[in-house]
Amino acid sequence: MPLLHEPSPVMIKDEKIYKEMGVSDSEFQMIEDILGRQPNYTELGLFSVMWSEHCSYKNSKVLLGKFPTKGDKVLQGPGEGAGIIDIGDEQAVVFKIESHNHPSAIEPYEGAATGVGGIIRDVFSMGARPVALLNSLRFGELKNPRVKYIFEGVVAGIAGYGNCIGIPTVGGEVQFDPCYEGNPLVNAMCVGLIDHKDIQKGQAKGVGNPVMYVGASTGRDGIHGATFASEELSEKSEAKRPAVQVGDPFMEKLLVEACLEATKHPKLVGIQDMGAAGLTSSSAEMASKAGSGIEMNLDDVPQREKAMTAYEMMLSESQERMLLVMEKGSEQEFIDLFEKWGLEAKVVGKVTDDHRLKLVHQGETVADVPVDALAEDAPVYHQPSKEPAYFREFQEMKEYRPEITDYAKALNDLLKQPTIASKEWVYEQYDYMVRTNTVVAPGSDAAVIRIRETEKALAMTTDCNSRYIYLDPYEGGKLAVAEAARNLVCSGAEPLGVTDCLNYGSPEKPEIFWQLERSTDGLSEACEQLSTPVIGGNVSLYNETAKGAIYPTPVIGMVGLIHHLDHITKQSFQQAGDVIYQLGEAKPEFSGSELQKLTEGKIFGPSPLIDLALEKSRQTRVLTAIQQGTVQSAHDLSEGGFLVALAEKAFGTSFGAEITLQDNDILASFFSESPSRYILTVKKEDQIEFEKLIPDAKAIGMVTKAADIIVKDKKGEFLINESVQPMEDAWRGAISCYLKSKD
Amino acid sequence: MKFAVIVFPGSNCDIDMFHAIKDELGEDVSYVWHDETSLEGFDAILLPGGFSYGDYLRSGAIARFSPIMKAVEEAAAAGKPILGVCNGFQVLLEAGLLPGAMRRNSKLTFICKQTELEVKQGDTMFTQSYEEGESITIPVAHGDGNYYCDEETLKNLQANNQIVFTYKEDINGSIANIAGITNKKGNVLGMMPHPERAVDELLGSADGLKLFQSIVKHWREQHAITS
Repeated sequence: MPLLHEPSPVMIKDEKIYKEMGVSDSEFQMIEDILGRQPNYTELGLFSVMWSEHCSYKNSKVLLGKFPTKGDKVLQGPGEGAGIIDIGDEQAVVFKIESHNHPSAIEPYEGAATGVGGIIRDVFSMGARPVALLNSLRFGELKNPRVKYIFEGVVAGIAGYGNCIGIPTVGGEVQFDPCYEGNPLVNAMCVGLIDHKDIQKGQAKGVGNPVMYVGASTGRDGIHGATFASEELSEKSEAKRPAVQVGDPFMEKLLVEACLEATKHPKLVGIQDMGAAGLTSSSAEMASKAGSGIEMNLDDVPQREKAMTAYEMMLSESQERMLLVMEKGSEQEFIDLFEKWGLEAKVVGKVTDDHRLKLVHQGETVADVPVDALAEDAPVYHQPSKEPAYFREFQEMKEYRPEITDYAKALNDLLKQPTIASKEWVYEQYDYMVRTNTVVAPGSDAAVIRIRETEKALAMTTDCNSRYIYLDPYEGGKLAVAEAARNLVCSGAEPLGVTDCLNYGSPEKPEIFWQLERSTDGLSEACEQLSTPVIGGNVSLYNETAKGAIYPTPVIGMVGLIHHLDHITKQSFQQAGDVIYQLGEAKPEFSGSELQKLTEGKIFGPSPLIDLALEKSRQTRVLTAIQQGTVQSAHDLSEGGFLVALAEKAFGTSFGAEITLQDNDILASFFSESPSRYILTVKKEDQIEFEKLIPDAKAIGMVTKAADIIVKDKKGEFLINESVQPMEDAWRGAISCYLKSKD
Repeated sequence: MKFAVIVFPGSNCDIDMFHAIKDELGEDVSYVWHDETSLEGFDAILLPGGFSYGDYLRSGAIARFSPIMKAVEEAAAAGKPILGVCNGFQVLLEAGLLPGAMRRNSKLTFICKQTELEVKQGDTMFTQSYEEGESITIPVAHGDGNYYCDEETLKNLQANNQIVFTYKEDINGSIANIAGITNKKGNVLGMMPHPERAVDELLGSADGLKLFQSIVKHWREQHAITS
């Protein structure tokens, strides 16, 4: 539907039309002050998307500044398409995570697919070859048909896009909780590899240089997507389906190859993806970063629909489009390069020196605004913060302790909990092997990708236990970063850095802002102590429905370097006869645990606490033990606790385990989720060497040829005596079972 | 011996195929772009997996019309080994170089995993390094791998020993658990599983290597006779 009669500047002001675009009275006043006149409809559109939370971080900026972003190896921190970390030999790893929650709530397949497409563009626009995809997903409980529909659609959308473009989806996490019903989280992460010399920036430098548009033509899809993503979901959201874009992974495949060729061209000046807020954000940001201006003639923008207005073209979020700036005179070389890939490339404007974004359409100037005002000068809000009543209540509760008499039943029930159950149903839909570098496939603590022509590999994971962050945002934030790092260490990697995706409710509610504030404090502290700087990320606020906000969910995407292929370590048992060690003490703490959720149907109480210095020292020692070749398998203890981790180590192998526990508090030993703990297996001949490195690890049993899990207490009485196969079948089949069941 | 890897704009296993031949098999290999018209000088032709032209229509339906396919047909007629894997298999079906068609997987979802195959024919130019009846582990990754043909075609495939690989369990609904078939002459093989992904134990299996070794062995034998 073309808007034939756009409201005049006077109507915009008198009828407060700006409010429909999410612009407040005071923001409108600011825009008037900046321009020295009333904005027209197109100009108001530019401000409204660029000043949306999604593009400007106006509500979260004050908190993001706390993150440690520097380090010896950081080549690019936050601010560009993706962050970059040095991995030696003139190579670097590029990665970023981004949310596509709101679109996926409305249109799960395309919402998720375009989330994947967007994050891939962020990585290759830096000049990097995308080598792996990960994701982090949250849904309501798998009981409601609508949730099942969204879950199946999101997984199919991620698969549809990643599989077609040929980038392996190697890892991720999926969790289920009623708080995500109606507001699923779909966070996609992309990891790329780059040679230092090829690093690009999204800058529009050099007065007179041409600005070139490449890729798919512009349609009316996704108009105001960024604004839509910056408000709460409601019954009216369904009407915003047109704000969800449609993905074309084939087009993006061509774009990846062509743009990677273009980034090696000596005459390329800058390149940026047209992501959220499309042509507006890419042009304004490229000019603002370079201290220049851009003038564009919108008649030259490739359009897939007739009679598009300037407003529609600037706000469209049509996918698979890039904006390039090159040296004057080299236009044809780039047009020819893209032609080979069957892609349209058109000069749509030029770099100017007046620091303004000037748009001409059908012979008239339709917008003329300062670029910095759009890209940098969005208002910054420090929202009021208030400790929620529930937090005080939880803190004052005495430690929860469930009554469990049948340990085997509890173990079997835990293994079938959707959050713990095998995610095979999900990851078998992803091509996780294409490009033949995936050494550790989905299902282990972290995925591992080898780096061809070197002896090195990259480990990567996404992680966030939002239950603990809900119970205690500060402690939970620390726990999330620590667990991600522990996952990487278990695979044999040195953690390098973090990309975070901060998913929260409405920051305008003081209790939510408090969650944001406290959890980012926790995240910052852990990133600092574990030497994993934050090199980029994304904020997704307003994740609320009429039923309330989601749990605060700051998803941690972390990448680590495996210095030699020999260090790659899996979580599963490797051979019978190996000695099983436990490292770390299980405290009697069950609040927020999987066992509490299972027994009570909800979580409450104070979160476990973490000692970051201890966490760091254990990680260092475990990694050293792995690098010295003394560890056969490593698995961190997380959701479900020890018994679940032990069973997971047996799954997919033909082995079992026989354990004798000296502990007095069996319930805690079995099900507590106290942090900083590991199960490691060691060959008998390596025991002395291993114990020298990790003297506080306790030998508790052996890997057995018989596929049974046997645990005895110190008197020799059986606590658990279960065959692996039926447990494994139930664990593997649980998700598809939930999907098939009619209740 | 010189291998060609055909590259359609949406091919995405071309690199894997290239590395398997060059790094693991140690033979000469080149990419051939879809709008080329000649395959002269190549001794074997590989059609890799992927989504040839996006495959928004039927998988491989547009690829069969690409300029290179005429040269592929000529090479097939000349008796050169032609291997189509996954999307390559789909393209060979669409081009009529192999009988039958592909449908969506019976579970309607994409499937990626290691699978157990049985080598049904041990004496083809693609399988002579395997034992007949051998079990091998080769991964699959496809959405449209549900092989279908009519009863008469199936009888012919069986009678002419054209069914080369079968799945040991039903993974996608394929008729007679068919994973790979040849043409009647035996020089064109189409298969859904990816042998090029199974050439290195580090990645889980090296059982695919013997397939490529068979092609080389066959070529050497032929070469020895004709020269």
